[in-house]
Amino acid sequence: MTSYDASFRVWRGDTDGGGLKDFSVEVNEGEVVLDIIHRLQATQAPDLAVRWNCKAGKCGSCSAEINGRPRLMCMTRMSVFSREEVVTVTPLRAFPVVRDLVTDVSFNYEKAREVPSFVPPPGVAPGDYRMQQIDVERPQEFRKCIECFLCQDTCHVVRDHEENKPAFAGPRFLMRIAELDMHPLDAAEEAGLDRKRTAQEDHGLGYCNITKCCTEVCPEQIKITDNALIPLKERAVDRKYDPLVWLGDKITRRRS
Amino acid sequence: MTQAERQQWDVVVVGAGGAGLRAAIEAREQGARTAVICKSLFGKAHTVMAEGGIAASMGNANAGDNWKVHFRDTMRGGKFLNQWRMAELHAREAPDRVWELETWGALFDRTKDGRISQRNFGGHEYPRLAHVGDRTGLELIRTLQQKIVALQQEDFRTFGDYEARLKVFQECTVTRVLKDDDGRVGGTFAYERESGRFFVLEAPAVVLATGGIGKSFKVTSNSWEYTGDGHALALLAGARLVNMEFVQFHPTGMVWPPSVKGILVTESVRGDGGVLRNSEGERFMFDYVPDVFKDKYAESEEEGDRWYEDPDNNRRPPELLPRDEVARAINSEVKAGRGSPHGGVFLDVSTRMPAETIRRRLPSMYHQFKELADVDITAEAMEVGPTCHYVMGGVAVESDTAEAIGVPGLFAAGEVAGGMHGSNRLGGNSLSDLLVFGRRAGLYAARYASGLADRPQVTDARVHAAAAEALRPFSGETADGTGARPENPYALHQELQQTMNDLVGIIRREEEMRRALRNLAELRLRARGAGVEGHRQFNPGWHLALDLRNMLLVSECVARAALERTESRGGHTREDRPAMERAWRRVNLLCRIADPESPEGQIALERTTTDPIRADLLSLFDKEELVKYLAEEELYE
Amino acid sequence: MATGTDRPPPGTDDTAAARRGRGGVHGPARATIAASHLRTDRWWLAPAATAAGLLAFVVYSTWRAFANGDYYAAPYVSPFYSPCLAENCAPMRGGPNWELFGSWWGLSPALLILIFPLGFRLTCYYYRKAYYRGFWASPPACAVAEPHGKYTGETRFPLILQNIHRYFFYAALPVAGILTYDTVLTFRDASYAWGHMGLGTLVFLVNIVLIWAYTLSCHSCRHIVGGRLKHFSRHPVRYRLWGWVGRLNARHMQLAWASLLSVALADFYVYLLAVGAFDDPRFF
Repeated sequence: MTSYDASFRVWRGDTDGGGLKDFSVEVNEGEVVLDIIHRLQATQAPDLAVRWNCKAGKCGSCSAEINGRPRLMCMTRMSVFSREEVVTVTPLRAFPVVRDLVTDVSFNYEKAREVPSFVPPPGVAPGDYRMQQIDVERPQEFRKCIECFLCQDTCHVVRDHEENKPAFAGPRFLMRIAELDMHPLDAAEEAGLDRKRTAQEDHGLGYCNITKCCTEVCPEQIKITDNALIPLKERAVDRKYDPLVWLGDKITRRRS
Repeated sequence: MTQAERQQWDVVVVGAGGAGLRAAIEAREQGARTAVICKSLFGKAHTVMAEGGIAASMGNANAGDNWKVHFRDTMRGGKFLNQWRMAELHAREAPDRVWELETWGALFDRTKDGRISQRNFGGHEYPRLAHVGDRTGLELIRTLQQKIVALQQEDFRTFGDYEARLKVFQECTVTRVLKDDDGRVGGTFAYERESGRFFVLEAPAVVLATGGIGKSFKVTSNSWEYTGDGHALALLAGARLVNMEFVQFHPTGMVWPPSVKGILVTESVRGDGGVLRNSEGERFMFDYVPDVFKDKYAESEEEGDRWYEDPDNNRRPPELLPRDEVARAINSEVKAGRGSPHGGVFLDVSTRMPAETIRRRLPSMYHQFKELADVDITAEAMEVGPTCHYVMGGVAVESDTAEAIGVPGLFAAGEVAGGMHGSNRLGGNSLSDLLVFGRRAGLYAARYASGLADRPQVTDARVHAAAAEALRPFSGETADGTGARPENPYALHQELQQTMNDLVGIIRREEEMRRALRNLAELRLRARGAGVEGHRQFNPGWHLALDLRNMLLVSECVARAALERTESRGGHTREDRPAMERAWRRVNLLCRIADPESPEGQIALERTTTDPIRADLLSLFDKEELVKYLAEEELYE
Repeated sequence: MATGTDRPPPGTDDTAAARRGRGGVHGPARATIAASHLRTDRWWLAPAATAAGLLAFVVYSTWRAFANGDYYAAPYVSPFYSPCLAENCAPMRGGPNWELFGSWWGLSPALLILIFPLGFRLTCYYYRKAYYRGFWASPPACAVAEPHGKYTGETRFPLILQNIHRYFFYAALPVAGILTYDTVLTFRDASYAWGHMGLGTLVFLVNIVLIWAYTLSCHSCRHIVGGRLKHFSRHPVRYRLWGWVGRLNARHMQLAWASLLSVALADFYVYLLAVGAFDDPRFF
């Protein structure tokens, strides 16, 4: 394969407005969209703002929307496009724009702070933690998250409804609650914190209508909906809507 | 010029990777009001790229392990050039640092009896690396990040403000460590990448935790952040950099496609059974076991293969030699014409493990090759070659306190600090280094800050000077002052990377290093004329123009020290001086700023000698082994 | 700073804009892009196909449920009419005739029982996704703006009732049990002699396997058998069950469609026999 010139449309602008600008730019074998954006920086638009770090799909910095789909620029190979295709790159459209491809993702950091942290089990010294592999595997899946915030970006609850942002933590942080609730040694419940209940009451679990876009865009292939959100919904049901489970819990707790 | 905003803190941590966050947590827990500044978003630091694990002699997988064995491995790996006290502290404290992570919510892979599982790695005698699949660095960063959030939540409950005592300034770059008139550290000068706004964080103690210098090389596993900022900040603040000639080339980076050249292929691929082959299908590593390691490594493929199942009665395969050895071996094979189609060698797991096992144990490697190179590692071999990975050299610090020698109030931890790893770092020792010395830096920085009678004052003049320096790229001053077209910072950066890669790379020669120094001097002059367009808002061209100063400083340190050290050892290999010289073992080369305006170069070299290794530590080694490293007189002492 | 965690100054958020009706991706703080999405693939295909498929089933099943006839052709009973709980049911020898509702029920007996599978599927996590996307366009596809001005999801009545999915799962178990019984009865011939098999028997077998697979692959089921546990290691049997259900659950969507199709086909097969369109080919 030889190199060729691709047509790119890149959103340029800032808080005052902006628009899609057309570029013609060289593409070589094996390159990804981020390489092309870097070539634009080096040759045609030295002040083109873009976030990136590892360039290997591990840090989750270079999130953007490519042909309308939320993706990591470093993991989108140019070979998935035909040579004639115009490749459109825009910033994430669920968050306020800062400049060019850079958006203000502070929403996510605020939400991260609202999730109560891991509660260490009282009386267990460091080094004495014992957990079984099969017990840690479930939360480990969620800890693969690289916080690229593509799921937060694609989730229509906040993407299409800015007014829901205060009430809704978004898939990434609902998943974080699920992770902590499945942590084999998390002692939140003993400390009086019911994560299942707060997921629904404080973090907006009910807004999720499980349409699975978060799972679709996840570059780490985490089954956010099936393994985190739906189980969390079911756990909330245990607490709030299921007298049978409630009764069962009462009985077994008395026994043990 | 608008007045830069000033804020008062007790401790400022520059860098939010493993060392920076660990330092911040410690400083805050000691009661210091702590600010963290990082160039990227919070939680994106380069630490996430660490894959293999955290080395700590917990003895979960093999009860024979303890800190003494770990110390021994570290010294051997570093060819005895390590600051032995740092290696000792590191080996002693690493297990506690790992266990502590669990109390903050980390979820490591487990052994059958529920303890932290530990895996084999190059240069480690026992399975020692606590890990989470092959994404251990991410787990480390996330755990520390979440611990910081936990502390902020605590402060929110107490003060009603999350950032009352611990604040992260993300996407900000520090360009100067500011000092008071007595030469004490007084704070940092920084700009917000997003707006270009300048601000000063005044603090009596500054912890540098900025990582490495890989972006000065063309083929590197490091991200754009690794421009040697902390190294340069320390130099400019009057500190010394120690043993900068030691740069680790990781033996296995991707070589294809070109856009991902250099991206790391974790050592766990070899730790878990992957083997290196040349184009003739030969496991060539058996031909490259150096004398000092001869009795520690398998002599036949059969023995090496048995070792994975029965490590007590067999010796490990030579694929697990320290990184410098493997990198050199790959380099030689490629030079001898036995390389792979794209100029690397083959790393194969597909014939060694069932596909299911590969996907389970090396998920992100599977993913990385599938997505970036369209290679299915369960079905075919990977192509790999050496990539610039880590700098062993760094700020010369006090071993116990992590305080930079000669600059009161300046601390350094992690990759930016030198000495701990000697001439070559073992895999897995980096993450434990971050935790052990990150904590120490935070602890002693907080103590130092609270112990001062008066806060250092930073004058406006110093702030103005820093601001003027940061704005220079916009005026595009040219080398000859004629106002010709300004230099493109991207082009300068590429030339710098090419120079370092070709002339001060994995194999070095005197003439080439001299040429590199001439190139660097020329580049430095041209860099003064690096100009940028646009304004200060999130302007990557401007950011790069500022980073060039740091990369040029650090590159000169590497080249100058490499030229000076006339031997080969660890991460410093000279074709014209191929042998390791015992006389050089105790010699440390220190770089300092000589004359920032001199056309020949701005770095001067000094020599110091390491203190003799303490007797009880020395007694951990066999006499025959010590003979290979230590000079005659040291042995008799 | 805006990339930090400082609160933005008041007035810069989008809520005001949302009230003015130009919210979401057209909010004032977001990147100014006129198009409500920039997807170039055929994103509309999946929701359109889903909507068409579901609509076809709704039309067919409504017709059949209200038809109140042609649902029994010995030995086969249509799954839409099983169990038959009213007096006006066709007599089915040995079949699922239980006159719980007596004679006052004058409508089609299918309506009495279809409530349960309907409720099970209506609150199913997969079907929710399907119809929220296909019918409600909420969202029509990922990163395609939805046309609604306001969205509260499943936080309020009536959608908060989706949380009772679990009860429908409990109810779906006996229904599946009865359909299994019906399938056993298909091993008779038209004169109720055991030990025979026809093409219909195969249709019923396939249907019941798919019905069970769909029912057991339910997310609520996955939760109940083991998902709710914090420590799998203390419940090895439930862990194994959870693993099996999890493997089925990964195919929940496919099973949902397959079982929907198969139940309609089983009913249609009975209908064709009942109206005498052809005779059931007998194997033995």
